[in-house]
Amino acid sequence: MSTANSLADVIDQSEHRGLRSRLISHQTFWVFMAAILACLALSVLTDTFATERNLFNVSRNFAFVGIIALGMTAVIASGGIDLSVGSTVVLSSMTVAVLMSAGMPFWIGVPAALAVAILVGVVNGVLIAYAGMPSFVVTLGMLSVARSLAMVLSNNKMIYQFGPDHALLLALGGGSTMGLPNPLIALVVLAAITGFLFRWTRWGQHLFAMGGNENAAKLTGIPVRQLKVSVYVFSALTAGITGVLEVGWLGGVTTNLGQGMELSVIAAAVIGGANLAGGIGTAFGALVGALLIEVIRNSLILLGISTFWQGAFVGSFIVIAVAFDRFRSIRQSG
Amino acid sequence: MSALRLEGVSKHFGAIHALSDVSLSVEPGEVIGLMGDNGAGKSTLVKVIAGNFAPSSGEIFISGSKAEFHRPLDAQRAGIEVVYQDLAICDNLSAAANVFLGRELTKQLGPLRILDYAQMRMKAGELFARLKSETRPRDLVRRMSGGQRQAVAIARALLSDAKIILMDEPTAAISVRQVAEVLNLIRYLSDHGIAVVLVSHRMPDVFQVADKIAVLRRGRLVAHKKSGDSSPEEITGLITGAIEFA
Repeated sequence: MSTANSLADVIDQSEHRGLRSRLISHQTFWVFMAAILACLALSVLTDTFATERNLFNVSRNFAFVGIIALGMTAVIASGGIDLSVGSTVVLSSMTVAVLMSAGMPFWIGVPAALAVAILVGVVNGVLIAYAGMPSFVVTLGMLSVARSLAMVLSNNKMIYQFGPDHALLLALGGGSTMGLPNPLIALVVLAAITGFLFRWTRWGQHLFAMGGNENAAKLTGIPVRQLKVSVYVFSALTAGITGVLEVGWLGGVTTNLGQGMELSVIAAAVIGGANLAGGIGTAFGALVGALLIEVIRNSLILLGISTFWQGAFVGSFIVIAVAFDRFRSIRQSG
Repeated sequence: MSALRLEGVSKHFGAIHALSDVSLSVEPGEVIGLMGDNGAGKSTLVKVIAGNFAPSSGEIFISGSKAEFHRPLDAQRAGIEVVYQDLAICDNLSAAANVFLGRELTKQLGPLRILDYAQMRMKAGELFARLKSETRPRDLVRRMSGGQRQAVAIARALLSDAKIILMDEPTAAISVRQVAEVLNLIRYLSDHGIAVVLVSHRMPDVFQVADKIAVLRRGRLVAHKKSGDSSPEEITGLITGAIEFA
């Protein structure tokens, strides 16, 4: 008994000692530090960054990318990719805008927008899981289809009148509660839910198992196909929620909303530690990755660097994050 | 009563006869080494027993009663577990998570059912201790040796109270020390009344642990005898066809 105890103690101790070194070796930790550092540097270098107005804007932008990055992290951890999220955002926005501008109430417009987003996820998921098509191809196709549908739906016009519940819709995405912008609150709540799902449910466990070794997951009897569909639905739903919130924030919808957003979102997820090879990713990482991206984006604007450079930064970030990962795995196996 | 009995099992894929009229029995606690050249029908036989393929003709009996498997889950329910060559484990998960993959333990938290990590780690730890393996439940499988990975895969099989365990080339790609570890695991299974079908190319491993050796050649069973009554030379001859039948 005493030997068993001491053995367990030793294992326990070694694990506790490992905690700090594990934290430091963790990509999320360094990205978090980088984001904090960037914030501090910007506060010193510019007198515009630390203003209430700018922080309000940064946190809202950060929330939109962050919410979808949660869904994207699930998809990437499951071993796939979802390129259609930016288009799902505009389709969801346009659905709520068209319905409400036609006089429908808020409580019909918003659920309808989310239902449309879920439908996008179901189509993606079924084609990937049951027809066995690569997620890259299916969601690339959906990227085009969903945006096109948004154009058809709105006749490519801008919508900025949302009927009787106009004020409610604008307050949802554009307002704030207890000094915090609503999208930021939505992000925190959704991140907590996602983190819980990943860590504490069979769904999360199976998702990471599938991303780690799909064949093994299948052999142990995990319903891999249904699981895949659920993952793409989850991702599309986060995009749908973002779409609804973004209408309220912008006060109007055009069909170029969310264009190119998939890149920022994938960058956020990957910088936050999600591994494009599957099996690895955290909700907190998605949050931190989105924060860093948004701070960098904001800093470019505040420092007077042309916004044309944004794409170069975001694109390079993805490549650098993946390169780090490669480097690490080579060192580990070598 | 035999744990597993095959009677006249054949499997055709179109004109190809992968298995012809194979009859074989395995007693509880018996280790049977299944040998044969590539394409001799070993993996087809394993897949028929594991429920991946239905036999074209012939019958399978589990503990004396006739079994019909339409899918792997049916075989699992009948007490047959397979330890695959690539082990079918997830590198990115912990040992405990792998042992319980697909049948996780949960507990109630208010209205939610959440994973019961403490319970799973404890049970997995008990299984590893029974297997006398140094595997720690919390460790990621990625950082484990080949022998420890085998222990994880075998602990999975033990968890479901398997009566028959099929092992596909468990010693193919691991170091000498780890081979000894795996052979000990097999002895443990046999000591606890589990019938083990060991598919292997490695003659010394088979002779060390197997009670009986069965040799397949071109889909036919050409030998089924006690390993003590045979020799590596004889088995080699049977595998290659230099010896017709034994």
